[in-house]
Amino acid sequence: MSQQLIDAIVEMREEDAQAITQQMLDAGTDPLEVLEACRQAMEIIGQRFESGDCFIPELILAGEMLGQVTEVVKPRLQEQQAGQKKLGTVVIGTVQGDIHDIAKDIVAFMLDINGFAVDDLGVDVPPARFVEAARESGAKVVALSGFLTLAYDPMKDTVSAIKAAGLHDVKVMIGGGQIDAQIQDYTGADAYGRDAMAAVNLAKQWYA
Amino acid sequence: MDTNWAKLSPTEKQEARFGAWIEAEGVPFATPEAKQAYQERVQMIKDVVQLRKPERVPVCPNTGFYPFAYAGVTAEEAMYDYDKLGYALKKYHADFLPDSLASAPIYGPGKVFELLDYKLYRWPGHGVPSSSPYQCVEAEYMRGDEYDMFIRDPSNFFMRAYLPRVFGALDPWQMLAPFTDILELPFLGGFMVPVGIPPVQESFQKLLAAGQAAMEWIQAALAIDGATVSTLGIPPLIGGFTKAPFDTLGDTLRGTRAIMLDMYRQPTKLLAALERLVPIAIEMGVRSATTNKNPVAFIPLHKGADGFMSNKDFKTFYWPTLKAVILGLIEEGVVPYMFVEGGYNQRLDIITDPDIPAGSTIWIFDQSDMNEVKKRFTGWACFGGNVPASLLKAGTPQQVSDHVKGLIDAVGGDGGYILSTGAVLDDAEADNVHAMIDTCKEYGRY
Repeated sequence: MSQQLIDAIVEMREEDAQAITQQMLDAGTDPLEVLEACRQAMEIIGQRFESGDCFIPELILAGEMLGQVTEVVKPRLQEQQAGQKKLGTVVIGTVQGDIHDIAKDIVAFMLDINGFAVDDLGVDVPPARFVEAARESGAKVVALSGFLTLAYDPMKDTVSAIKAAGLHDVKVMIGGGQIDAQIQDYTGADAYGRDAMAAVNLAKQWYA
Repeated sequence: MDTNWAKLSPTEKQEARFGAWIEAEGVPFATPEAKQAYQERVQMIKDVVQLRKPERVPVCPNTGFYPFAYAGVTAEEAMYDYDKLGYALKKYHADFLPDSLASAPIYGPGKVFELLDYKLYRWPGHGVPSSSPYQCVEAEYMRGDEYDMFIRDPSNFFMRAYLPRVFGALDPWQMLAPFTDILELPFLGGFMVPVGIPPVQESFQKLLAAGQAAMEWIQAALAIDGATVSTLGIPPLIGGFTKAPFDTLGDTLRGTRAIMLDMYRQPTKLLAALERLVPIAIEMGVRSATTNKNPVAFIPLHKGADGFMSNKDFKTFYWPTLKAVILGLIEEGVVPYMFVEGGYNQRLDIITDPDIPAGSTIWIFDQSDMNEVKKRFTGWACFGGNVPASLLKAGTPQQVSDHVKGLIDAVGGDGGYILSTGAVLDDAEADNVHAMIDTCKEYGRY
């Protein structure tokens, strides 16, 4: 049954995924096994996204399916089972002056399903808020999103604020439609990524 | 327009529209030099669209809010204080002398948006900092179960469902009856009754006030553009405006997330709605180009870029209706100008569709591989773009100049080419903008 659920999610068969989940639970399958199948499915989808075989609609739909499964499975999980060990915390947000959230949300989602605790600060986030969140959570990774070219300076200001606050072991990644190596240099960020899996790979590398 | 218009071929119609644009009837040019500069610039655009080598490569940056930062005016001031709007645009055009106009109306009247309580956007001073450009707030302004209502009558859907959601002032319009109810005398009285309800009356009063504010704004904005055209001879590159049906639905009706799910959950309805938008998009592009006596109709491409969907989905959901809009505009002699945002490297073989006649479109690219573009576009369509926003902001004038020369050498040599920014120009260093424009003018001679 697990394999059927994996296949249904990977093949974007939303109704089948819901039905199979229900069948598995009705048959007394351990809820953790259902979640493990979801994890494996998401891993495959992540790989396909990285290799250019699946795209944003598939990530969004997979997110929906994962949400639906989690919703029915969660009440059956015991408290201690629910808390999985996380790889580390990533503070993420769209920088000050920019209210675009779609790409940021996709990156946050991919970080989450790849085992990171995600502290999503939302949009139009001032530099001080990033500093505060990194300090509070002890996160070693901060991810700055920006769609506008007017996000360049707020990104630069945020990187400076993090450094000025003495958070020298915090690494900063930046991403967005008009972000490239030149802007990485300009802002002083540690890296930039072209897509959500690049963010996941950077976070894994920095937490390794 | 020509009384024999309907009998003209698309090529003849295009020629006639270019003719009217170059002629600029009624434009009070300040000097013969300004008129000559204007006509030379329009001729360059005509030459590149028709795939010839102009006198030199035209440089037409896609200018956003940059002129205000440059002139020390905030974005908020530009949207409210038309004197400052005019001051900044005058300074930008006089100092940089690009080949196309940064047109005053595109920045919009803040006062009108305020009077209507516009919720679809946040604009400087109203939800985003006074220096930020306006930004769209995506949401499901059209719900997933409203496709049938939309498809049946988009105008009715706009009036009674969509507009009440995106304008606080028009919320009472939900109570209005469809205009198509007004058929015979006995129906009219009943139709008018909701118009008498106090909140509806109030909404129309707000609409009247917004209309008045819009009139003040457009007079000021047109005077600003008129002064640039008549004194500097810089024409607007864009006459009309329309959108790809997928972006119309995805940007401001369903939103990105919802339209992506619709591709899986209700593809048939999505396709029907996209089809429904085709004639509406064509009519909008033709009408606006005709009104402005300029054949070029701007179509910004948003949600079809690489990564947004597979090529298979692009060919199913995005391209067919965009292609239909492009063909519909060309049929009327209008020149569709696709502003291809993001990367289109995976789509180049699809968009270079043999059904689209050569010499009838403009494609400005953002991050696509220009060598690959050139291979496919030479002899088929005018193209350009690709001066990165990052370079204009964080590079040096020398780097910008080298990039521009590199582009002209690699892909500009055969004509049919416009030098332009890949993204809308909001934030940049002035020396870099000078380097882009001046290098193109010096190095881009044929």
